[in-house]
Amino acid sequence: MQGLNVNNISMEYQVPKGDSVEALKNVSFDIKAGEFLTILGPSGCGKTTLLDILAGFLEPTGGEASFNNQPINGPSPQRGMVFQQGALFEWMTVEKNVGFGPRMAGKPADEIAKKTQHWLDVVGLSDFGTKAVYELSGGMQQRVALARCLANDPDLILMDEPLGALDALTREKMQGLLLKLWKETGKTIILITHSVEEALMLGERLFVMAPRPGRIEKQYHLPFAAQGVTGNSREIKAQSDFIEIREEVLAMIWGMEEEIMGSKGEI
Amino acid sequence: MSNFINKLWGSKSKASKTVTFGDSSFVNAPGGRIWTFISIATLILLWVLSSIFEWVKPIYWPPIQDVWSQFLVISSEGFRNSTLLEHVAASVGRVLAGFLLGCLIGIPLGFALALSKTMNRIFDPIVEFLRPMPPLALIPLVILWLGIGESAKIFLLFLASVWILALAARSGAMSTNLSKVHAAYTLNASKRQILFHVILPNALPEIFTGMRVAIGVCWGTVVAAELVAAESGLGMMVMVASKFLSTDIVVLGVILISLIAYVIDIFMRYLERRFVPWRGKAKH
Ligand SMILES: Nc1ncnc2c1ncn2[C@@H]1O[C@H](COP(=O)(O)OP(=O)(O)OP(=O)(O)O)[C@@H](O)[C@H]1O
Ligand SMILES: [Mg+2]
Repeated sequence: MQGLNVNNISMEYQVPKGDSVEALKNVSFDIKAGEFLTILGPSGCGKTTLLDILAGFLEPTGGEASFNNQPINGPSPQRGMVFQQGALFEWMTVEKNVGFGPRMAGKPADEIAKKTQHWLDVVGLSDFGTKAVYELSGGMQQRVALARCLANDPDLILMDEPLGALDALTREKMQGLLLKLWKETGKTIILITHSVEEALMLGERLFVMAPRPGRIEKQYHLPFAAQGVTGNSREIKAQSDFIEIREEVLAMIWGMEEEIMGSKGEI
Repeated sequence: MSNFINKLWGSKSKASKTVTFGDSSFVNAPGGRIWTFISIATLILLWVLSSIFEWVKPIYWPPIQDVWSQFLVISSEGFRNSTLLEHVAASVGRVLAGFLLGCLIGIPLGFALALSKTMNRIFDPIVEFLRPMPPLALIPLVILWLGIGESAKIFLLFLASVWILALAARSGAMSTNLSKVHAAYTLNASKRQILFHVILPNALPEIFTGMRVAIGVCWGTVVAAELVAAESGLGMMVMVASKFLSTDIVVLGVILISLIAYVIDIFMRYLERRFVPWRGKAKH
């Protein structure tokens, strides 16, 4: 099967004093090539852990995952990652960052230059190629990170709160850009977010995860991403069915957060 | 003209920041050189005044004109069969040789300590044990091992710098943000490429700091190193002169050592700005 197959994954972190944390327990799901999946959940429910396992940075303590029929047992250029922040190389210019993947793969210089230019154009930074990354705003830096990931042509793109550090307006624009890129490139995308609106707007599918042990509590199939590719996202977010699901998901996550607070009995 | 004065005093420039205390980029910004000038001029003036009014006895601190005339004499006639330039060249050569050797061994050693658990377990106790050992105390042993030739002196300077460089490289390499390494792995980079394109550049700012400290310490050690049967060198000049209580030559030598060290440091800072322009600029 083309796509991602996650089979009964568990992750138990050993912590000092012999305790352990069940960050994930028996998580299973499949996603088809070209699907856009978003993941929501209260803090500490294992979202980053799951993504790190899919990227190949962590080995799960149980179960296995495979992508395009190949077991995941380490990082691979097939599975790209966009981090929340701080993963750009500040010792390289914007274009050197974007061309990093092809350069490491030993591609010819003209091909690297072409790819770099193309992806800088797509993310709207063609005039900033020779700038240093620290001269760019946070939103621009995330676009560079996106272009860098895409220039390496991965089949699966993993994003851990890529827009978390951006202001509301920039964030909405970036969501539009993500939808456009998803549509045009046909990449498989998994995106973690803390924003319910973002999760509903971008995901064809949405997982709501719950903590202790980390698991998928509920999943939704959503029409909004498909509409958002052509339609106006403001209007979509004002639709009654959008609002209905939004409130339902919010209530669910609030419930979990309260449970966490309650069980700790302090704040 | 007012622009020039502003630059000189470094007071107000266009688009000036309101919060400057704690902002290193403000402290390093161009301008304000007048203060450097004032500080140096004040020191020299104090010395001139004390020479004129004989505030201190020459044996404690020589008058400036004595040092100056020694400078002229040694420049032309030399000291102990070598001209001043030859003494300077001998010391600079030793310092640079010891320092470069220190870089050559220390920086890779630091990376090994930071990047490999086995290497860390093997070398960490050795480094920690040897680090506090003063090179001076080892002089008799070093002479036994390497004789009294040039290599013994260079080895002492190497010892003075190598641990500083190893620790700087280690701490620089260990400060690499894990997401950068992860990102590089997903972008096709091999371990070797990650070392040279991610970890090394990430460590450069700290390596530069280590290099500046190390070369300073080397200059501080050159006097001791030239205790080992040197025939030339500023350190030897100072040692010999102090035996005869020629404080003017001692002070001349010390000033020259500091001056050269300072010039080298300015050069290192230039290299740092050139090769590590991102220093202190990253927002995260
Ligand atoms: N290296 C680790 N060692 C021990 N426990 C860990 C480790 N990393 C994560 N955990 C624990 O595993 C659980 C899941 O962590 P994870 O980072 O995956 O959560 P998350 O859903 O990404 O949270 P957030 O939304 O705050 O980013 C948490 O309880 C966390 O404390
Ligand atoms: Mg997380």
